[in-house]
Amino acid sequence: MLLSSSADLAPQLSWNVVQDVRQVLEFPFMVNAFRAGAVVSVLAGLVGWFMVLRRQSFAGHTLALVGFPGAAGAVLVGVSASYGFFAFAVAAALVIAVVPARGSGQSSAVTGTVQALALACGYLFVNLYGGFLGDANALLFGSFLGITSQQVVVLLVLAVATLAVLVAIARPLLFATVDPDVAAARGVPVRALSVVFLVLLAVAAAEVSQITGALLVFALLVVPAATAQAWTPRPVAGAVLTVTLGLTVTWASLFVAYYSPYPIGFVLTSTAFATYLVAGGWHRLRRGAHRSGRAGSRPDPRAVVLGAP
Amino acid sequence: MTAAVLGAATGLSDLFAQPFMRNAFVAGVPIAVLSGLVGYFMVLRNQVFTGDALSHVAFTGALAALAFGVDARLGLFVATIAVGAGLGLLGERGRADDVVIGTVFAWVLGLGVLALSVYSSSARGSANGAAGPTVLFGSIFGMSAGQARTAGLLATGLAVALLAVARPLLFASLDQAVAAARGIPVRALGVGFLALVGATAAEATQAVGALLLLGLLAAPAGTAQRLTDRPYVALALAPVLSAAAVAAGLLGSYLFPKVPPSFGILVVASALYALAFAVRPSLRRV
Repeated sequence: MLLSSSADLAPQLSWNVVQDVRQVLEFPFMVNAFRAGAVVSVLAGLVGWFMVLRRQSFAGHTLALVGFPGAAGAVLVGVSASYGFFAFAVAAALVIAVVPARGSGQSSAVTGTVQALALACGYLFVNLYGGFLGDANALLFGSFLGITSQQVVVLLVLAVATLAVLVAIARPLLFATVDPDVAAARGVPVRALSVVFLVLLAVAAAEVSQITGALLVFALLVVPAATAQAWTPRPVAGAVLTVTLGLTVTWASLFVAYYSPYPIGFVLTSTAFATYLVAGGWHRLRRGAHRSGRAGSRPDPRAVVLGAP
Repeated sequence: MTAAVLGAATGLSDLFAQPFMRNAFVAGVPIAVLSGLVGYFMVLRNQVFTGDALSHVAFTGALAALAFGVDARLGLFVATIAVGAGLGLLGERGRADDVVIGTVFAWVLGLGVLALSVYSSSARGSANGAAGPTVLFGSIFGMSAGQARTAGLLATGLAVALLAVARPLLFASLDQAVAAARGIPVRALGVGFLALVGATAAEATQAVGALLLLGLLAAPAGTAQRLTDRPYVALALAPVLSAAAVAAGLLGSYLFPKVPPSFGILVVASALYALAFAVRPSLRRV
């Protein structure tokens, strides 16, 4: 074993699944972790499905990280960290969405600068506050523990509101994503939709990262959605699969992390990455059986929605 | 505050009398020049997200090396160069897909968390609780003369290597298909470039830290491309801007000790970028 944990205090796995689950759920903090995990994986999964389809993982990663300076700044001026999370995430989303850029290289340079500047501000806030650095690790890498019942309720309400907006704009957003030119010609407000989606992504990232830290938000946003899109290009089936995968991975990781000395961030990202590799390998095999060549390219939801060429 | 006033009063004349300041410049300026050059191509090739991924790989590499008890710099370079070249090989024509990058580096970050927890629960880690923050945010004032000289020389060497392939790389970046038809090894250049981005990330981690080096790569390059459309002018401008940001950030941190040097560097680089938008607000769309 790599980690030296105090073996006497650590819970023992009995391999009797029912009994083990019962043992885990004896503790209110674990029950809350499972509840929060469910809300988080549904929210991150659905927003992430669009994020992956729109190729905006970089923006998603940046928005997940800006919660750190937000929280540090809020603590420094003495208000609730939640305000900091939302203020910084939404401000960063607006900067990324609104700054006029020529070509995607330029716009990703803006995104990268926003990310680095925000993190530098976080570092300054931590330095000015002093003695906060222990929490910097928690803010960045997160933990699922110590969640109160009230936090779960707030998270649930915010998640429902965010998903309601996402569902309301889902159809035009899908159209604008798969073919922006045709969508614009048909009168769909492509640019406004992209701003609204980035703000939604920011709000979702801020909600989730308050509980899980920046790393787990990003993993839950990108990996289940990427796995689902490697499996099926159809939107509804993909969304259902994303949520199922996210939920399974999150709950399984909470269970494993409870019984092992390894940090949840490592367990969850490894489990999610394993499902992605399995999905990718299975897809490659299936493709290879149909026709050789062009292995490794994923099916494109664009082609399914618009009709394959 | 007294320290700030005192620092300003003694003036900048004896700035370089301070060994830590001299070391910071010896390492910082070549690293800035290298970051500016690499960043220019990174923005041109639309690979800023890859740079983001490699900066986080740097974090994992350094902490994994510490967890196993070897020099952090060894882990830095091995991890970033290997993952950089690997991403290049995975992607078509040496450019990895957005989704592949995101998925791989979420997992690499998870490995970094594991390394951090292994390291901080070990005897070595308990003695040095600041290793995580140091890797994340850099400690350019903490470099020894030997470390600074090594980092500076290595950065100079890497910059010369990049300039040696600048012409074909520029061709391959601007028009991949035509460059390939003209016999330029597009794929090898792509993989080699990403390995170089990895090495740059490892270098810059020592100066500004794994979390902040993306700004040093992206901001000066973005500024240069905003200010001019001519490739070679932009390629020359990016390292100058980057070096100016590092110098200004170091001076600012010297005058105001409360301000960490990484923050000063990033603020100056970002301010220059914002200024470029003010100078040239409207550009014709291409």
